[in-house]
Amino acid sequence: MLNSTLQQLSTLIAEKKISSVELTNEFLSRVKAQNPVYNAFITVNEEMSLFQAHAADAMIASGQGQPLTGIPIAQKDIFCAKGWLTTCGSKMLSNFISPYDAGVIERFNTVGAVNIGKTNMDEFAMGSSNETSFYGPVRNPWDITTVPGGSSGGSACAVAARMAPAATGTDTGGSIRQPAALCGISGIKPTYGLVSRYGMIAFASSLDQGGPMAKSAEDLALMMNVMVGFDTRDSTSLQRPSEDYSRDLARPLQGLRIGLPKEYFVEGLNADVASAVESAIAEYRKLGAETVDVSLPNTKLSIPVYYVLAPAEASSNLSRFDGVRYGHRAPEYIGLNDMYQKSRAQGFGAEVKRRILIGTYVLSHGYYDAYYIQAQKLRRLIAQDFSEAFKRCDIIMGPTTPTTSFPLGEKSGNPVQMYLSDTYTIATNLAGLPGMSIPAGFGNHNRPVGLHIIGNYFAEAQMLNVAHQYQQVTDWHIRIPDALTDL
Amino acid sequence: MQWEIVIGLEVHTQLSTQSKIFSGAPTRFGAAPNAQACAVDIALPGVLPVLNHGAVERAIRFGLSVGAKINSPSIFARKNYFYPDLPKGYQISQYELPVVAGGSVKIQVGGAGNQYEKTIRLTRAHLEEDAGKSLHEDFQGMTGIDLNRAGTPLLEIVSEPDMRSSDEAVAFAKSLHSLVRWIDICDGNMQEGSFRCDANVSVRLLGSDRLGTRCEIKNLNSFRFLEKAINYEARRQIEILEDGGTIRQETRLYDSDKNETRTMRSKEDAQDYRYFPDPDLLPLAISEDWINHVRTMLPQLPEVRRSNYITEYGLSSYDAGVLTSSKEMASYFERTVELLPAQAKLCANWIMSEVNGRLHKESLDIAQCPVTPAQLSLLLLRVSDGTISGKTAKDVFDAMWRIECNGDADLIIESKGLKQISDMSEIEKLIDDILAANPQQVSDYHSGKEKAFNSLVGQAMKATKGKANPSQVNDLLKKKLAG
Repeated sequence: MLNSTLQQLSTLIAEKKISSVELTNEFLSRVKAQNPVYNAFITVNEEMSLFQAHAADAMIASGQGQPLTGIPIAQKDIFCAKGWLTTCGSKMLSNFISPYDAGVIERFNTVGAVNIGKTNMDEFAMGSSNETSFYGPVRNPWDITTVPGGSSGGSACAVAARMAPAATGTDTGGSIRQPAALCGISGIKPTYGLVSRYGMIAFASSLDQGGPMAKSAEDLALMMNVMVGFDTRDSTSLQRPSEDYSRDLARPLQGLRIGLPKEYFVEGLNADVASAVESAIAEYRKLGAETVDVSLPNTKLSIPVYYVLAPAEASSNLSRFDGVRYGHRAPEYIGLNDMYQKSRAQGFGAEVKRRILIGTYVLSHGYYDAYYIQAQKLRRLIAQDFSEAFKRCDIIMGPTTPTTSFPLGEKSGNPVQMYLSDTYTIATNLAGLPGMSIPAGFGNHNRPVGLHIIGNYFAEAQMLNVAHQYQQVTDWHIRIPDALTDL
Repeated sequence: MQWEIVIGLEVHTQLSTQSKIFSGAPTRFGAAPNAQACAVDIALPGVLPVLNHGAVERAIRFGLSVGAKINSPSIFARKNYFYPDLPKGYQISQYELPVVAGGSVKIQVGGAGNQYEKTIRLTRAHLEEDAGKSLHEDFQGMTGIDLNRAGTPLLEIVSEPDMRSSDEAVAFAKSLHSLVRWIDICDGNMQEGSFRCDANVSVRLLGSDRLGTRCEIKNLNSFRFLEKAINYEARRQIEILEDGGTIRQETRLYDSDKNETRTMRSKEDAQDYRYFPDPDLLPLAISEDWINHVRTMLPQLPEVRRSNYITEYGLSSYDAGVLTSSKEMASYFERTVELLPAQAKLCANWIMSEVNGRLHKESLDIAQCPVTPAQLSLLLLRVSDGTISGKTAKDVFDAMWRIECNGDADLIIESKGLKQISDMSEIEKLIDDILAANPQQVSDYHSGKEKAFNSLVGQAMKATKGKANPSQVNDLLKKKLAG
């Protein structure tokens, strides 16, 4: 049961072979047993989950069930959920119970999905290892001495350790794809604007995008069908005709042109990752795809550009956490400025402070043109690289990350090393393009490797098709860590 | 040394939308603290701004009224600073690309005798949100926050430094105040802060073409304070310069109790607001169609109305200016003159002196005037056809104001017996009687004493209780005395 796909669970529920309450209880017990090892959840609320499960059973009984009705979904703790503690992995919000639902949460509620708990994450989504969380690091189910990746590390771990059949994540520079790769699951960051950002606590507004994390492409499609949709409360939300993301899953890949950017297969890429990715591409050739060499000459600028723009936006987005209206306020202070300083000094962790400082600096008078404006120009060039490349191919592939999961603590003292974890994923956020990671074998020490699939704008259905066809001929995505012998 | 004062104004007008500029919360004034602050206004984690198109429409209306360019796209930017009544830690405003660029406003400066016209250029007008309010009383050493006002839409109108006296600045502010109400984008309520001015003031030697160092005086919420603050500030700067000192660029506050300005913060303390385009809001595109639609809905502007009054009714520029100071005033005048087209000047005089004077005395708005234009025109008809004298008309007007006889001038004249005696024979008989009873005054008149004539007129008017037509009495007396 715990190892079933969304599709299987959906069928079981629809055929009334299991009730939502039973299923929810099953996953709640699993979480209770496993979470002390992995620390994937910040908040579990049995009462609220079961309340939703009962409501879902009533929906199904009255014939109003939909594919995800009654199915437990883990929600990243960046999404505001009414009545739930919503911390964003920060001490700053360690006392914040949201009075409202995010657009994404609302969409899951509408179809009767069950919120199985709020997952751990890097503080305010700033991190690539889940080590910046105020609630402590998450462990990688494939090797608990290593990190799960981040910032959606809790969600990736919850799915990989079978504590939830699927989860939500958010991706600002790789925060869905990198942990998906490191935990051996599938995850997709949709085109910017497809998933509502309303109620999704902002890190870098022009880059943040919510998306699903699950075991397979087929399950991601079911999640996309719920998560994607126009929201009038988000001015950057796109109004488009609704799509069935499952519609093209079965399409053969004959004639598919896969672009391989030469910049993705050079220095910095670990050999074990490279060889797994090359094998995956060989598999695609067997499926009838052809490969073409493409170039993304400005991609090397992605990290410096990102570490100007994202902190700039973050420094402003995080100004609202001032201890005045909600969130952490220092217990003792003298006067207004002291209250601001102490509340923020106590409420934010080191990585968040680092990015606020960088962002404040690059927006300052006299530096704005040299950093922010320059970075915006380069951002356009990076996006242009992709439009050029997509003239010659249908889809772009490469490694999701340069290495497999790394030991806890290994990079937490070296921000630049940590930032390089997102070297392949950041450019798609800067361009607003959809990106995806699927399991593609294992590297050294049996640690998962992710294959990165980048599509053109709104090509999600095609990307899911490309992933699904691979998952029909490989079994990487259904492998489970040795530690989970009970499954 | 002769000094020239140079003034530019920044005027914050609160736009008359039902809801806030980036949220659906209502903008009504005077609700219980925080009763009108929704999740977006409080800046809960995760909330996002959505632009109120009613605010944009009003900005376009303003832009078209002052002959400005409507920028498309214009950009919303974040102005970052920490303050408890600024919930997001930044204000959404417009910086590099405002919605309205350029334009100008014509002003009339001075009274009826020495009036002149001047054109004041506008730099820009941009949309932004207001902040909340900090409440320092009632909380014993703590500060209360009321976010009802947070997110209220403002149009900040910035002028070029084109004004040269406090009179010109006040005339400009009044002209803007009248315009924003005329085109219905702002209620103009200065007590409630719907219209507030910042004045940039500098001085220079007359004839110099270089601007002096300026000081900005913040938050002037009445025309009187604007005038006094500018006068004080200009005097302060001139004294410093005449003593050989230099002006420090700074922001100052006007203290109306002491009638002085004082330093709020100097340029060195000026914050770096770290403006950057708000990534939560797309660039604001305004189509030609939208602009054209707004143009067709625009009322005829006061400027046009004013020149019509001069050419059609032969009013003076000053009178035309007063009568077009608000749409309500203009409409009152037009509805009065419509019924009495030949007497436009009489209508204008009466509205400007009697009606306005009375409204002013009782702090009423012209919309609340108890005398309707139709009632006033009937009264003025009775003045022009000689039924009553101008002096009697004032008494009738008083009665109309009290809504006696339903405000009907004819009924009041009738019931009080105020009708002027214009029957010649009746007056003639009366004059004969007076002349017969006053032989001394008659002989005094013949020996050249003018005073005697006045006394005879006085007696005639007294005898008729003021109902005789004074000019008829005059003529007749002269004729009789001569004969």
